[in-house]
Amino acid sequence: MARVVLILGDDVSTDVIYPGRFMATMLPTETPAHAFADEKEFNAKLAKKEIPPGSVIAAGRNFGCGSSREQAASCLKGPGFIVVARSFARIFRQNAVNLGLRTIAAPEFEASVGDELEFHPDEIVNRTSGRRCRIEPLSETQQSMIEAGGLIPYTRKRLLAR
Amino acid sequence: MGMTIAEKILARASGRARVQPGEIVEPAVDLAMSHENAALVINQFNEIHQGTDLSPKVWNPDRIALIFDHRVPAESFKTANNQKKIRQFLAAQGIRKFHEIRGDEGGICHQILPENGYVRPGYLVVGTDSHTTSHGALGAFAMGIGATEMASIWALGVVLNLEVPATIRVHMHGRLPHRVYAKDLILHLIGRVTANGATFKVLEFHGSTIERMALSGRLTLCNMSVEAGATAGIVPADQETLRYLKQEAGVKERLAPLDADGDAVYDQTVDIDVAGLEPQIACPHAVDNVKPVSEVAGKRLDQIVIGSCTNGRFDDLEIAARILRGKKVAPGVRLLVFPASGRIYRRAMDEGVIQALARSGAVIMNSGCGCCLGVHQGALADGDVALATTNRNFKGRMGNPNAEVYLCSPATAAMSAISGRITDPRKGGS
Ligand code: SF4
Repeated sequence: MARVVLILGDDVSTDVIYPGRFMATMLPTETPAHAFADEKEFNAKLAKKEIPPGSVIAAGRNFGCGSSREQAASCLKGPGFIVVARSFARIFRQNAVNLGLRTIAAPEFEASVGDELEFHPDEIVNRTSGRRCRIEPLSETQQSMIEAGGLIPYTRKRLLAR
Repeated sequence: MGMTIAEKILARASGRARVQPGEIVEPAVDLAMSHENAALVINQFNEIHQGTDLSPKVWNPDRIALIFDHRVPAESFKTANNQKKIRQFLAAQGIRKFHEIRGDEGGICHQILPENGYVRPGYLVVGTDSHTTSHGALGAFAMGIGATEMASIWALGVVLNLEVPATIRVHMHGRLPHRVYAKDLILHLIGRVTANGATFKVLEFHGSTIERMALSGRLTLCNMSVEAGATAGIVPADQETLRYLKQEAGVKERLAPLDADGDAVYDQTVDIDVAGLEPQIACPHAVDNVKPVSEVAGKRLDQIVIGSCTNGRFDDLEIAARILRGKKVAPGVRLLVFPASGRIYRRAMDEGVIQALARSGAVIMNSGCGCCLGVHQGALADGDVALATTNRNFKGRMGNPNAEVYLCSPATAAMSAISGRITDPRKGGS
């Protein structure tokens, strides 16, 4: 069971997820400190490690639009978030797949902070509201990338096979 | 059945006779561009090689371009250290398409690539920057990617598992009215298709308006295609493309035009008659929150920015100078100008553009990303309202989540600088 800890609207840009002024910080071990840096309350909770891994960030359409900065994916991967959105921007989604950040696209998704979610292969069950909604599956190749542990081991394997 | 331009390029790069939307391909990359975020690419690239006895060598140093633009000159020792690490890597790998922090050959990556002839019609271009879509203006398939994906490309020379996107045909016809430009067109289009209306798709631009448009304007169109979510924006390579590459970029080789097949299959067609179009403004905090200038005219401004990879080219600066020559920037307003490259800066100097702008009260900044992404210069105060010729107005984009950013063309920006309020550029001036 996963708990929703943050609800966001449509078109959440990477400038909101990881503000540009922290872009010189790049290492996946260091980026989580600046996740949602301008959402002060949430960022403070994150810093105090009050949010358990496996918590859900929920959003509307076009999550992760804007800059290609990979920090926006790595800063959410570090603390172990799952991102559920009605849809994602392309580059962000690909970065998430490449880094192994779990993202779930559910076009009719609705939830409130505190809701408990259950994930099934093709649907999300909201245990709190009782609502169910379907998941848009990742493509087969994206799925195999995730199973390989992300793009780095996947590329390493390809390189060694040459 | 014919192919769109994107399909032709991806088929050629994947060694296939044809490809269709939804197919998975592994196309070979013709040009891979990065800026300061190469520091992270290097990190991931080394990690790929970790635990193997392979030495970390890039697949082809001649197909990699590296431009310092995001924070130039470095604003902190952290950035300076990242830049140093990149320089050492480039030297060790023999990468020569490198543009340092210099007034002669430096500038913003999306200007440096075209003006040096690094992009050719039919190329597959990838860049660790979302506005890599710009290069579709030269008839290339150009898309933004993340740092780890670039590390993989540095190692293998191909994009792994790329799904061929469907294409939206955008047909723009008619003559642009007085003081309406490519920027107004693309803002209008984004307002129509919305910020994710083209996600996982390509925008292919056609029509008499595009055929008459100079390459500079085409770069503006393709640059902002990503603001509709598009994977790439593409203009067919025609005589104007070849003229630019030969005359302005000094390309000597034979180049051929590139267009879609007459019977190519499109996802949808968007038709725009530009004749009645007003100058457009994207209002806070979304690029698709677009209104005609008449609806927002009169809004008080604190800062105006002319420049960036969207609108920092010579003709953009010249349009602004023509409006501001002999006039003054309104008291209480800061006008910041940053040319897209050193080459443009020097031409603007030679032709009196810089002088006219500076005399009017503009601050001329060095070529680079400057205040566009709010990390370096020109930060906004709480409650400030900015009007910019850049490409994004997201919350916090110019460094302060408590400020507002409006987007417009250079003409609208220059006219508004005189009044200190958002002003219709068709009113007044010559
Ligand atoms: S000028 Fe702005 S949009 Fe263009 S590359 Fe630089 S930061 Fe990105």
